[in-house]
Amino acid sequence: MPTTTIAGRSVDLDAEGFLTNPDQWDEELAQTLAGNIGITLTDAHWVPIRFLRKDFETQKETATLRRISTVGGIPVKELFALFPGKPAKKMSYIAGLQKPKGCV
Amino acid sequence: MTDMIVPSFDDETPTGRKLAIICSKGNLDMAYPGLILANAAVGEGIETHLFFTFWGFDIINKATMSHLKFSFVGNTAMHPPGHAGIGIHHMLGALPGATAAATKMMKKQIADLDVPDVPEFLDLLHDSGAHLWACRMSADMNQLTEDDLYDGVEAIISATDFIELTDGAQLLFI
Repeated sequence: MPTTTIAGRSVDLDAEGFLTNPDQWDEELAQTLAGNIGITLTDAHWVPIRFLRKDFETQKETATLRRISTVGGIPVKELFALFPGKPAKKMSYIAGLQKPKGCV
Repeated sequence: MTDMIVPSFDDETPTGRKLAIICSKGNLDMAYPGLILANAAVGEGIETHLFFTFWGFDIINKATMSHLKFSFVGNTAMHPPGHAGIGIHHMLGALPGATAAATKMMKKQIADLDVPDVPEFLDLLHDSGAHLWACRMSADMNQLTEDDLYDGVEAIISATDFIELTDGAQLLFI
């Protein structure tokens, strides 16, 4: 498991670059992670990112797009607009979580 | 310490991967594979087109899309949920009430996994940017117009139109 330094701290990553330890994450790190994939975080971006973190605390797994939409109340359309292409993967990367495992 | 690894989200599909899914069946259990795969594809940034034809038309017909059914007649793999070793003879599915009971059970299992029902699934696909198309011949055979179809369906088009607009796409026939 590669360990690297991001935003001045040591973090563990999987082979693709996702954090493997969610406890190594904070919002400052998220800014750097977002920058890595070409996203500048605005208030609108923070809403789903914070939902993902909060939901993970209780569910112990990364919410799918549908869950972010139905439980988090953020329309799917908006998620695709904020995180174009692969919204679920991009959001989980920035939130310091693993990719969602659920199919839907 | 190693160099920072960054996932390559945006450059994995430089050639513009496309997926075309032809949904030709109207049974509940035959509707979901197409919907789920389309959702997975569009969530991966793949341009996704679904073409609803023949019995698959029931998936987008407002009158039928909430009432798709599951029958296990002819399905020799039928077993109760979670009991793969216990066979149920498929012809029992022909008994009165068997289809209704099997449908109810399957719908419950799907809902328990927090997977949406068919109309809500179409909303999800439409909002995600998947393209939904209806087959011209199926519409004519059933004497249906766009008004009869799920609102997110972009148009009723011919088979030729669909082949044209899915040029270069990978194709699934379900």
